[in-house]
Amino acid sequence: MTDARVAGVGLTRFGSHPDRTGRDLFATAALRAFEDAGVPREDVEELNYGNFMGALAEHQGHQAPLMAEAAGLNCPATRYEEACASAGVAVREAVRTVRAGDADVVVAGGMERMTNLPTDEVTEGLAIAADDLFEVRAGVTFPGAYALMASAYFDAYGGSRRDLAHVAAKNHENALPNEYAQYRREVSVEEALDAPPVAEPLHLYDACPITDGASALVIVSEEYAADHDVDAPVAVTGTGQGTDRMALADREHLARTPAADDAADAAYADAGIGPDDVDVAEVHDCFTIAEVLALESLGFFDPGEGIGAARDGVTTADGDLPVNLSGGLKAKGHPVGATGGSQIAELTRLLRGDHPNSGHVGDAEVGVAHNAGGTVASAVVHVLEVAK
Amino acid sequence: MSAPASNAGYDEWLDALADGEGYALACPDGHGSLPPRRVCPECGSATLTEEPLAETGTVETYSVVHVAGPRFADDAPYVNAVADFGPVRLTGVLRGVSPDVDGVDVGDGVAVGVEERATDGEPLVVFRPAGGE
Repeated sequence: MTDARVAGVGLTRFGSHPDRTGRDLFATAALRAFEDAGVPREDVEELNYGNFMGALAEHQGHQAPLMAEAAGLNCPATRYEEACASAGVAVREAVRTVRAGDADVVVAGGMERMTNLPTDEVTEGLAIAADDLFEVRAGVTFPGAYALMASAYFDAYGGSRRDLAHVAAKNHENALPNEYAQYRREVSVEEALDAPPVAEPLHLYDACPITDGASALVIVSEEYAADHDVDAPVAVTGTGQGTDRMALADREHLARTPAADDAADAAYADAGIGPDDVDVAEVHDCFTIAEVLALESLGFFDPGEGIGAARDGVTTADGDLPVNLSGGLKAKGHPVGATGGSQIAELTRLLRGDHPNSGHVGDAEVGVAHNAGGTVASAVVHVLEVAK
Repeated sequence: MSAPASNAGYDEWLDALADGEGYALACPDGHGSLPPRRVCPECGSATLTEEPLAETGTVETYSVVHVAGPRFADDAPYVNAVADFGPVRLTGVLRGVSPDVDGVDVGDGVAVGVEERATDGEPLVVFRPAGGE
C-alpha cells in the first residue's frame, strides 16, 4: 500500500463574503492548493468535494461538477455530505483512493456559503443535520443540541461555564496571527461569560460563527511525489470514521461521543500510534463543549476529565498538547462543508513549519484532526505525520 | 419551507401521544425505539411491538433556547429537554416552568403530551411538570 501525502493546501480567508459565489470561493482555495503543491491541474484524477447546505444557501444542487469546472478540472467529481464532517469524509475517501492505487492525485476539500442567508434561516439550515421528526420539530437547534450535551456533561461530571469560557479564550488567542481566521481578536474569559445566551448553558462566545469559506488539499501518492519531485513532507498515516444514532436522545450517554471514539481508535490503529504519541491536534469545536468531548474521544483525557484542559493550560499554545492552534472552528470560523479540509490544511502547515503558530510546536511530528457531523452522529479522525 | 404533508408512522405516533396513549417500539431484547421502524436500530430484530410509555418521564438534560429557528420564533425563549420515558427518551419543549436555567433540574418528573407551537400552531411534543394541572 502506498503512502498518501499532502502535497499542497489552499484556503480562502474564512469570514463573511456575502457577495462571493460558492464556485468562486472553491476556485480560490483550489488554485492556492495547486500553487502550494506544484502539481499541474491536468494530473488531478478525482475531485472529492464536501458541502452541506448548498441547496438551501445557493439553491444549487449537483455541486461537484460545478466546482470541478471552477477549479479548471475535468475529472470524476463527487460531492460528499456528512453535515459538518463533509470535507473530513471527502479527505478520507481521497486517502483511501490513493492508497488503493486507484489514483495518484486527488483533490479533496469543500465549501460552504452561509452569510448570504439571514441568521434565522442559517439556524434552520444547520438544524437539518439533526433528526427532523424527533428533534427539529421538537425545538432542537444546532446550538441547542450542544447545550443539551453541555448540561448533561455538567450533571454527570461537573464543570462550569467558566471552564468552557477558557476554551473560547484560548482559541481566540490562537487565531490572532492566523491570516485565514474570521475573528482575529482576543476574547477574555470574563467577556465570554458575560455574552448573551444562545441556548443556555451556551452563550455567544461558546459558539462558532457563521462563516463563508473553502478549503482544498492536493493528496498524492508517495510514488507520484518522488517521480515528479513534489515536496510533500506530511503523510496521512491514519484515517478512521464512526457513526452513531442520529438523535441525541437515542445515544447511550448524552455527554459522550462514541462515533468519535470509534473514528479515533481506527485512525490510531491505522497509523500504528496511540494518543500519547500526538504532539498537536485540530478538533471540531463548533461549540466549546464540543472541544471537551473531542479531547475525551481522542483518548487525551478520560471521560469527565477534559473539561479543565484549557483552564489548566494543557491545551493552550504553550501547553503539553496544543489544541486548535488555528483558532479552531470557534475563532477561525466554520464554513461547514469546508471545515474538515481546513483542519488538515492547518495541521499540514503546523507540521511543515510554515504556519504562523508553528513556533509553538517546533518539534511536532504527529498531528490529529477530529471532524464531527451533527451532534457527532458522524465523526472522522485523521493522523498526520512528518514523513520519515 | 413547506413540510411534507404526511409522515406515515410518525403521524400516528404523534396522534397517539396527543390522545394520552403514547408508545414506543420494543424488540424482544427490550431495546426501545420510535417509529417508523422496520428493524430495531440496536440489534436488527424485525419483531417490534408497541409498548406504552411510562406515565412520568425524568428530565435527563435541558437547555434554554434563546436563538430559535423561524418556526419557533414566537416560542423563544423556551426550555428544550430530553426526558426518559422507559423504553425510550423523548425530546420536547418543557412548558409550565420559568424559561431559565434555574427553572428546571435534571431528575425532574414530567408528563408528555402534544400542544401547539406558539409560532404557527403546528403540533409540538410538550413536557409539563408531573403532578401539575
